[in-house]
Amino acid sequence: MPTSRITDTFAKASGESRAVLVSYLMAGDPDLETSFAAMCALRDNGADIIELGAPFTDPMADGASIQKAGLRALAHKTTLADTLALAARFREDDKTTPVIIMGYANPVFRMGFAKFAEAAHEAGVDGTILVDLPPEEDGELRDAYAPYDLSVIRLATPTTHEARMQKVAEGASGFLYFVAVTGVTGAGSADPQAIAGNIEMAKRVSGLPVCVGFGVKTGDQAAEMAKIADGVVVGSAFVDHAEKAHESGEFADAPRGMGALAKELSEAIRTVAKQ
Amino acid sequence: MDLRNTWDQWPDANGRFGEFGGRYVAETLMPLILDLEAEYRKAKEDPAFKAEMDDLWTHYVGRPSPLYFAERLTEHFGGAKIYFKRDELNHTGAHKINNCLGQVLLAKRMGKTRIIAETGAGQHGVATATICARFGLECVVFMGETDVERQKPNVFRMKLLGAKIVPVSSGTGTLKDAMNEALRDWVTNVDDTFYCIGTAAGPHPYPELVRDFQSVIGKEARAQIQEREGRLPDAVMACIGGGSNAIGLFHPFLEDESVRLIGVEAAGHGIETGEHAAALNGGLPGILHGNKTYLLQTDDGQIVDAHSISAGLDYPGIGPEHAFLRDTGRAEYLSCTDQEALDAFQLCTRLEGIIPALEPSHALARVGEVVKELGPDGLLILNMCGRGDKDVFSVAKALGVDM
Ligand SMILES: Cc1ncc(COP(=O)(O)O)c(C=O)c1O
Repeated sequence: MPTSRITDTFAKASGESRAVLVSYLMAGDPDLETSFAAMCALRDNGADIIELGAPFTDPMADGASIQKAGLRALAHKTTLADTLALAARFREDDKTTPVIIMGYANPVFRMGFAKFAEAAHEAGVDGTILVDLPPEEDGELRDAYAPYDLSVIRLATPTTHEARMQKVAEGASGFLYFVAVTGVTGAGSADPQAIAGNIEMAKRVSGLPVCVGFGVKTGDQAAEMAKIADGVVVGSAFVDHAEKAHESGEFADAPRGMGALAKELSEAIRTVAKQ
Repeated sequence: MDLRNTWDQWPDANGRFGEFGGRYVAETLMPLILDLEAEYRKAKEDPAFKAEMDDLWTHYVGRPSPLYFAERLTEHFGGAKIYFKRDELNHTGAHKINNCLGQVLLAKRMGKTRIIAETGAGQHGVATATICARFGLECVVFMGETDVERQKPNVFRMKLLGAKIVPVSSGTGTLKDAMNEALRDWVTNVDDTFYCIGTAAGPHPYPELVRDFQSVIGKEARAQIQEREGRLPDAVMACIGGGSNAIGLFHPFLEDESVRLIGVEAAGHGIETGEHAAALNGGLPGILHGNKTYLLQTDDGQIVDAHSISAGLDYPGIGPEHAFLRDTGRAEYLSCTDQEALDAFQLCTRLEGIIPALEPSHALARVGEVVKELGPDGLLILNMCGRGDKDVFSVAKALGVDM
């Protein structure tokens, strides 16, 4: 049961009174082989959940770092099928670490929601975050996922007031992804104090674990967020290692750098107790 | 379902035109577009809103625009009578201001103080900057780097009007990237910022409200032709970028089923070359910029760059209502290459003493065939939606003239 991988992960961390670390990387950046090594390095260094970016030409909610990562992946023709194959390869040896695919609706729509759901299930994927499919528009996706228990992970933001949160929570599963800043990925960081109330409300209304992301780059920032949320999502800071590897041509530096960052972040998270 | 007499019932409550349209935006923007929709419903019922709009349309924009009988072009083709709906005579030189005025008045009602816009040809940017100057609002215009280069006069115009221009180099540096960047700005500045979209596309309610503001074109044209000719036209024609001038002309005629609605997309170097901007004639349904519609894309759902000599048509999508009108067969969509548009640009200039923008030149290029089909008793209205002053440099370049 794929959802249980997500549930188990949060239950285990909760038993240790700590938040989970969700780490993002772009599939195929700088190439698929390196992405596979990076997924393993992230897991080996304390990442609890892996978010695998599916590249898209027009990522309207992403900042420069993830935009460029997507274009690098697309430059050598990484397809949605490649992203799924990468997840499947990881799943061969890893039966416990949840893998979430994060991307935009159009590639999934083109493949067909039903076909995608079946393929994701077979690849051992646990859920998806499709940024431009708000609750109003993800009905077809939810229907397609129903036979498989794939999680529809939704976004909540500082603009999500309580009535809206109810709409967001309805039909959401796995966990809720709280976008800490009004802005794009990689932008300025949020003040944990300012969003603590929103996160409380999100937990109460949804009954789901709430992970916080956008703008978290360092161990200190992760530790602050880990006090108020069930999980911390880090993206652009990992992707920057892929960019450096792409530029230097030393692709092996990417998994190394990402692993070291995952270690720093997961240790920082473990220094604080979840409230 | 029998669609007759329900053409103007769309979009439905979910912002759909049949299967097209919708609200495909990041959650951050959802509360904003829901607020916008609520405010728009209120404004529509408010006589003061309409009164302010009408006053500015009359005294600032210069509406109604004339309906002009293009006698020499009619003679040239020897078919149906050709009328031009002269929206190129509007203040700022194109139809774009009809919509900007409406949206900025909405922004003011909502207490927003900062207006952002995307622009391709620069016409929407100029119109937005103009209205912002008029109301003393901050204005930021996102424009692809490629377009900044090929539309220099409009860039300078916007600066004179006090707007800040942000050249966009991300992606491929054209209109779609400018729109991505505007959306990124909007998710970042949700409190004070209003996104003034320049065409009848984007998340609901934009396709509806842009259409409603632009429908002044079709409403006037419908009344004017009845006054001049005592009957409805047999066909109305317009060029299609995102589709705002076309839907503005078409919409008031939707229920007049005897009136053919003909849109003309930009075929660039030819649809068969893959270098074009014809989303309906050469694209597939998909999801981008907040709506489901026809898009230029790969089999894997990646967006493909558009190409057109006309910066205003150089967009890989099209407004969702056109996708609906095409799939239901209510409207027809033709296409025209760069070269055909250049020829039509020159023909119209010589025969009518009207320098058209490159965008309506695309519609002009297909007029000859349509008026012959309609025959000498026929009546056709073409939307002259912009003047060509902004294009003289690029046309000179295309013709190999050194200015
Ligand atoms: C004169 C003119 N016509 C047409 C267009 C295309 O837009 P739409 O299809 O929304 O009318 C533009 C866009 O910049 C324009 O400037």
